[in-house]
Amino acid sequence: MNIHEYQAKELLEKFGVSTTPGSVATTPEEAERVARALGTNNLVVKAQIHAGGRGKGTFKSGFQGGVHLCKTAGQARDLAEQMLGQTLVTHQTGPDGRKVNKVLVSTSVEISRELYFAITIDRAISAPVIVASTEGGVEIEKVAADMPEKIVRMPIDPLLGLQPYQTRKLARQLGFPSAEMRAACKLFASLYRLFIACDCSMVEVNPLVVTKGGDVLALDAKFNFDDNALFRHPEILDYRDLAEEDPREVQASKSHLSYIGLDGNIACLVNGAGLAMSTMDIIKYYGGEPANFLDVGGGATEQQVTEAFKILVADSSVKAILVNIFGGIMKCDIIARGIVNAAKIVNLSVPLVVRLEGTNVEAGRKILAESGIPLISGIDIADAARKVVAAAAPKAA
Amino acid sequence: MSILVDKNTRLLVQGITGKAGGFHARSCMEYGTNVVAGVTPARGGELFEDKVPVFDTVREAVKETGCNATMIFVPAEFAADSILEAVDAGIPLVVCITEGIPVLDMMRVRAGMQGSHSRLIGPNCPGIITPGQCKIGIMPGYIHKPGNIGVVSRSGTLTYEAVWQLSERGYGQSTCIGIGGDPINGTSHLDAVKLFNEDPDTHAIVLIGEIGGSAEEEAAAWLAMHCKKPVAAFIAGTTAPPGRRMGHAGAIVSGGRGTAESKRKALEAAGIAVAETPAVMADTLIGLMKK
Repeated sequence: MNIHEYQAKELLEKFGVSTTPGSVATTPEEAERVARALGTNNLVVKAQIHAGGRGKGTFKSGFQGGVHLCKTAGQARDLAEQMLGQTLVTHQTGPDGRKVNKVLVSTSVEISRELYFAITIDRAISAPVIVASTEGGVEIEKVAADMPEKIVRMPIDPLLGLQPYQTRKLARQLGFPSAEMRAACKLFASLYRLFIACDCSMVEVNPLVVTKGGDVLALDAKFNFDDNALFRHPEILDYRDLAEEDPREVQASKSHLSYIGLDGNIACLVNGAGLAMSTMDIIKYYGGEPANFLDVGGGATEQQVTEAFKILVADSSVKAILVNIFGGIMKCDIIARGIVNAAKIVNLSVPLVVRLEGTNVEAGRKILAESGIPLISGIDIADAARKVVAAAAPKAA
Repeated sequence: MSILVDKNTRLLVQGITGKAGGFHARSCMEYGTNVVAGVTPARGGELFEDKVPVFDTVREAVKETGCNATMIFVPAEFAADSILEAVDAGIPLVVCITEGIPVLDMMRVRAGMQGSHSRLIGPNCPGIITPGQCKIGIMPGYIHKPGNIGVVSRSGTLTYEAVWQLSERGYGQSTCIGIGGDPINGTSHLDAVKLFNEDPDTHAIVLIGEIGGSAEEEAAAWLAMHCKKPVAAFIAGTTAPPGRRMGHAGAIVSGGRGTAESKRKALEAAGIAVAETPAVMADTLIGLMKK
């Protein structure tokens, strides 16, 4: 789950992480009020969408850039007016762009130094690890590849947590002079507290800045939250913005289906994440392109299978569907009934290839055969993949 | 022979009175697993299926029944506590089926298990089976066949697919372990292949991995140095887009690490035959065994 920049700022403030003052606005008037209350001539107005590349983006209205510096509350108001209600296209949004419903108005600062700071889980040692670098504001993967000596890694004992001496050690490794050390240590400790308290899987501050005035601030922060832990964080679930998500994925999550939209034209419906990934792989291996990842899970109901089908056929780029089920807990007859039900409800206009194996497979095949639904049977996973790729290919004239 | 579980396994089921726990406890019993006890707090004194005693705590179950393995079906929010309870009671083998446990909970469980003598399999896994002897988990028992191939995998249904292919071709299994799809788990690929390597009745190994992390690479490095048995592998997720979690919490490619390509290269460098597609997992191993 992703959150907006202004929400990230709220979280940072809640945990005492120093950041630039600012607030969100939904109207130009509100933007003006926020700017005035900040009481400074150094302002920045930023469009709030989840995609990156906002500064270099273009609004469909023709207005350039989703991030602007300005000097007065009146200018902040004018900028907000240009952005709110308009659609911003960036290299990450795709050509459709995203509608801007909110802007963040905050103080801009004069930067003397930019650093990178992140906390994530290192699976190899089953512990949190801080990854930091003096080279901030740029792509950290590039730094890691070109100048690995500039990356500092500090594993943290899961039961002890981040100790004060570790924050001092880190501050020194990152070149903070004595005068800035206290502020840097406080920032590291607060971010670690936030990471644990909110069940994050990653917190990334890029850049972490030292201002010309000597303040140490988290200028922008990205959060990834552990989906498995959201049940104990209703306050974070409230941050979810469905308008920013793929509508197919939103629909799927309502039915507790694990769905990820992709760019191809062969839809797949599979039980189990590993088998679902492998099914995508074998489609590609035989020259096709998967339209999605869809795991109906180990214990899907007939209704979930029907819902899954609705999502697949609603996608106009889909030219064929592959159902690949290895029945364990999930019984093949349940899947078969779901397919028959779905075929009654939705208009199945594309070829359907079905491969069933495992628990109650005979009953499942019988249900499908007797339903009269036109479908192509796959004998095994390779046969099914070859057939669905052939079915999706454009017909020769 | 086999690894970890056999005819002498005496199984406890934590969460036996729940819907999933009860269903799968029954299915394990039908397969022939010796289920000797259940635990559900505040339900002590009941009998499951008119014969299996239910206890309030794991410690009581161990004392009264001598159970030496446990299968956990407790809901995700309480599962970490159930694992620690089983470890505290000294159960040597803890199999956690539960999916959706928060990563930070598993991180603390791992840290808390340091120095204990228990082995954890899972969480978010199908379990472990020694065909014909003992099934602990949710896998369909009938697709398995006693034999000499060891199977270790992060995935559930993809493992069934591999086992099915092996059984269909007449190759039975010594033991099949599903280690689970979470980023932090108890038993790794490396732990499992070490056990298979030591087991005289395991003659060859199938290793099934997926994108994310570096567990397959670690197993590959060890296998290259220490294992003389034929090993075939498959890695799921070649087509997965970076930055997206593919169902399993562990299956995510980030910062260019943990890709299917890098895993395949590491495995091949270790002399392991990597199946081109999931359809030829068994054939890849069989081809290797015939060489």
